[in-house]
Amino acid sequence: MHPNEVKALIEAALPCTAVEVEGDGHHFYATIVSPAFEGLKLLDRHRLVKDRLKAKLDSGELHALSLRATRTPAEAAP
Amino acid sequence: MSERNVQQEIHDTVTQNPVVLFMKGSASFPMCGFSAAAVQLLKNCDAQFVTVNVLEDQDIRQGIKDYANWPTIPQLYIKGEFIGGSDIMKELYATGELQQQLAALK
Repeated sequence: MHPNEVKALIEAALPCTAVEVEGDGHHFYATIVSPAFEGLKLLDRHRLVKDRLKAKLDSGELHALSLRATRTPAEAAP
Repeated sequence: MSERNVQQEIHDTVTQNPVVLFMKGSASFPMCGFSAAAVQLLKNCDAQFVTVNVLEDQDIRQGIKDYANWPTIPQLYIKGEFIGGSDIMKELYATGELQQQLAALK
């Protein structure tokens, strides 16, 4: 899987204002900015992303996804 | 022979110790890169913590995943609360929240 495909999966799974994905085809590292994270602590942000991508993760189609940063648009503002 | 109550054992461990890291290997000899990273972050914070080596106990290895409803190891607990795995620890460390939470225990 190409990092751009992972990016598309994330964007389809939750509303995002920015997504960056790096990876080698097996392990991926994502930075996600989403209003869906508003009011959620970090654990719940990660749970939300993993939950929305559960089918892809469980099937092995998406093998390993690390979340580097999960921010709200306000937190991501410079 | 009485059945082992793994969930109760885990609950006791995380509530009787302020900071607990369930990991693969030990703090001195981590057996996985993610566990090693978690230990390093706690050391960077000057934290006092206990570790549980899940590789030595298959019941705990599965039980801790059920306890937190979280599929991976390592897992960090502070005052009985599940904080997260190595990704979350890294992100909390980057924002300074991990340091704050651990310093608040001293």
